Amino acid sequence: MITGLFEALFNGISIGAVLLIAALGLAIVFGLMGVINLAHGELMMLGAYTTFVVQNGFKILGGPLFEFYILFALVFAFLVTAAVGFILERGVIRYLYGRPLETLLATWGVSLILQQFVRSVNWVLVIGIALFCLLFFGAMWILSRRPDFQRIRNWVVAVMLPLSLGIAGATGAFLGQSFQLAVTQPWFGAQNLDVTAPSWLRGGLPIGSFQLPYARLFIIGLTIVCVVGIYVFLQLTPWGLRIRAVTQNRSMSACLGIPTEKVDALTFALGSGLAGVAGCAISLLGSVGPNTGQNYIVDTFMVVVVGGVGKLVGTIVAAMAIGTANYLIGSGTLALLLTPVKPLADIFTFFATTSMAKVLVFALIIAFLQVRPGGIFPQKGRTVDA
Amino acid sequence: MNAKILETENVTVSFDGFKALNQLNFSMDTGELRVVIGPNGAGKTTFLDVISGKVQPTEGRVLFKGRNVKRLREHQIARLGIGRKFQTPRIYLNLTPRENLEITSNRHKNVFGTLFRRSSTDDKRKVVLLLETIGLTAKADMLSNLLSHGEKQRLEIGMLVAQSPDLLLVDEPVAGLTDEETQNIGDLLLALAQSHSILVIEHDMEFVRQIARKVTVLHEGSVLCEGSIDEVQSNPRVIEVYLGATNVASL
Amino acid sequence: MAVDAAPRIGGRKRSQRALLIEGAVVIVLALLLIFLMPAVLSGFRLSLMGRFLALAIAALGIDLIWGYTGMLSLGHGVFFALGGYALGMHLKLQIPPDASSQLPEFMSLYGVTEIPWFWQPFYSFNFSVAAIILIPTLLGALLGYLVFRNRIRGVYFSILTQAATIVFFNFFNGQQKLFNGTNGLTDFKTLLGADVNDPQTQFTFYTLTVLFLVMSYTLCRWLTSGRFGRLLIAIRDDESRVRFSGYDPTGFKVVVFAVSAALAGVAGAMFTIQTGIISPKAMDIAFSIEMVIWVAVGGRANLVGAVLGALLVNFGKSLLSEQFPEIWLFFEGALFLIVVTVLPDGMVGWVRSQRNQLQALLGRRRQLVTYPSLEENPEVEREREDIGN
Repeated sequence: MITGLFEALFNGISIGAVLLIAALGLAIVFGLMGVINLAHGELMMLGAYTTFVVQNGFKILGGPLFEFYILFALVFAFLVTAAVGFILERGVIRYLYGRPLETLLATWGVSLILQQFVRSVNWVLVIGIALFCLLFFGAMWILSRRPDFQRIRNWVVAVMLPLSLGIAGATGAFLGQSFQLAVTQPWFGAQNLDVTAPSWLRGGLPIGSFQLPYARLFIIGLTIVCVVGIYVFLQLTPWGLRIRAVTQNRSMSACLGIPTEKVDALTFALGSGLAGVAGCAISLLGSVGPNTGQNYIVDTFMVVVVGGVGKLVGTIVAAMAIGTANYLIGSGTLALLLTPVKPLADIFTFFATTSMAKVLVFALIIAFLQVRPGGIFPQKGRTVDA
Repeated sequence: MNAKILETENVTVSFDGFKALNQLNFSMDTGELRVVIGPNGAGKTTFLDVISGKVQPTEGRVLFKGRNVKRLREHQIARLGIGRKFQTPRIYLNLTPRENLEITSNRHKNVFGTLFRRSSTDDKRKVVLLLETIGLTAKADMLSNLLSHGEKQRLEIGMLVAQSPDLLLVDEPVAGLTDEETQNIGDLLLALAQSHSILVIEHDMEFVRQIARKVTVLHEGSVLCEGSIDEVQSNPRVIEVYLGATNVASL
Repeated sequence: MAVDAAPRIGGRKRSQRALLIEGAVVIVLALLLIFLMPAVLSGFRLSLMGRFLALAIAALGIDLIWGYTGMLSLGHGVFFALGGYALGMHLKLQIPPDASSQLPEFMSLYGVTEIPWFWQPFYSFNFSVAAIILIPTLLGALLGYLVFRNRIRGVYFSILTQAATIVFFNFFNGQQKLFNGTNGLTDFKTLLGADVNDPQTQFTFYTLTVLFLVMSYTLCRWLTSGRFGRLLIAIRDDESRVRFSGYDPTGFKVVVFAVSAALAGVAGAMFTIQTGIISPKAMDIAFSIEMVIWVAVGGRANLVGAVLGALLVNFGKSLLSEQFPEIWLFFEGALFLIVVTVLPDGMVGWVRSQRNQLQALLGRRRQLVTYPSLEENPEVEREREDIGN
């Protein structure tokens, strides 16, 4: 009985840890800018793919170094997704502040693009995009030094956009014609990829009749490190202070000389980077594919909704609660515990699969929101809902 | 006629331990025009929030026409006859002034009343008259977001009246207005005071002088003193906390 | 007073005439769709047209809640699919009396021996038709009530509706015995004795779809004009202010959400009968968000825009994904970005702004909104007539 309980608790926490690490970045961004990033799952997916690439790189190096590729992969995943997040914020989201619903749609568009991108990315596509950026943004940069730039801006865009697109497209087509498969072969394709965990993460720690998988322990540890790291960053560094200031009162912060635009970009990059780390973590749990992100986003959003805005504790509690509830219901543990009460046990047996558990957990979340509509730790004071 | 329209008894509102209102006792008579002043953070807006149901008092109770409004939601309180104007004008920007007034003057505010009942000729006439009163007849059918700030203020006051409330809560109606517009609003409020009870919150002392008969001073969530504008201005405690010793001369 | 009242009465007459013209245009368009389109389009395109017209009904519902009331639902696929399943279940129960098994074939396959209790009422055609409308309506009303009552709105509402799609997807996907799981309900045979795959029957469905679209348009037009429609806009723009005006927004939002769910249900049923399949794929997150983009492309808070957007995006999708299946997702993603950043008012808004510029180019002085000669501004006049009295 004790081991059973322990097992349930461990599994619940380990599901919760995955949720938490995935929701962490989302919660910070949502708290600061009120923006829900529907592409968050795709950023996780990018993190997982980065892990895959780094792993392959280390495979070539071989030797004992391979055992530690995961640590490098974490760093790379963070950097890559943070960079993508930065571009996303600068390129799209900053034009949509104050319009959260539009942001949802725009980030959904981004997520579609990212999904298709990893499916079809090949040398032609990469070279084409690079060429387009070079031509278009290069031209904009050069012309932006002309004094009458503002006046001719629309014309420049109207001319340069199709021109650069055409040149990039033609170059791509030409490359595809002359080098054939060497450049048109997709890097990853649509199928799922497997990341091999280093040997020290395989297997598990035996406790009685039951094993704690090392990969899960690693994820729990990683989550703790991330949460502590974020806490320290927000509480003890100057930029953390700025982020907190902007979270609480944007216009006042701006008046005090805090560069809110930089803070936004930084926060978004940070949140995206955390998604990358989360992606690296989930790559240890199973194969990754273009749709990997989709499996996680809704649960992560629920964590944010239940946790409430503005307090890290809320996110942690919510992630753990949802993780544990999912496990208890999904694994049938609850049904087993309730065997004496026949009707209840029947209900829980009906929901005792991973996907059906989500149905019940959603109902529980809706019920919870009847009691606490603002989440576990809602914002208070007269600033809310002015 | 001289029954109390509004009373608060020992109302306390605290946000995480900070007391925005502290044991506030306040009352005003039916038909009165009362001005509430007080330094920033004195709890003026929270005071209106409590009356209009946006914030629940932590302790104490609010009586409107002798009826406790605790536990009632905003729209129920509004239907009882309390209308509120906000600090920054909050009108429906994508509707015309006429539509703004029509919506607020609608007497059947449940879903099906709104959907199926046609507005009576009386209601339409009321809207036309109101447009005239607030001086927006010429702009009655353009989108409200094209109105100037002063016109928006007037429109929102008009919306209040359209609701035909017994008590009007008016939060800083002349913030950001020119002197002439301020004078206009003052006249409008005085005209309305003939038939309504009005509670005004204001900073602009010039304006307070124009309209005030009785003034209440709030400080740190409680009533500091009450009286005519001259009494209040000569009260040493008021001078100390609010006007500041050096500013007395300028008043 | 008489002087004041005079222009109002004139305005009413004019608005009545405008309404008559609009009604005539709608009827003419419907007749064109029914009688002209079959002559012009190939059978394949016509059947696509029928499906997309069904989707346009759902788009009207989305426009009602998003464009007018400001609630972004990312979960309308659920209502769409429920309408489809309600009809699908009735169709699956059309089993010839001489058949070896009196169960839908997938049930025998999964070893079900007796028809589940909640399938029973779907033997009745009338019940099924009622269910197509009522099940989504009731679910929408319940979900809406539980959410709006607590003043959950904005992105929270959107995320919750999105979670609802996952939940229903999981539910229908996981229940092989009850709903045939991933494969959904398909292989329909007859409806009221008529062969559903017969071209003549399919044309009847097409005609019905056009009629339902006209009815839905009329319903939405009625809801969005007049005081109720203005209140929806007021709720969209400043919900808490509406409360202080003495309205309870919850009721309004629940009603509008339920109506919108019902429209999605009807759309789902008409789509199902024309495609011949309903599966949990209709509850996919992606499909629900796509509905929103139809409206966004057409122009939100504009009913004609919603219909046009639904048709245009779907025809575009079927063309592009036939030709370049790879590119379609890129294109769709870009569509989301463009509509949100560059064309916030969609095509209808773009056409309007172009019309102004065109007039300027043609040398016509642009009508400035000036004080006090607004009565001369045709734009304002038209707006007023559109909104009606």
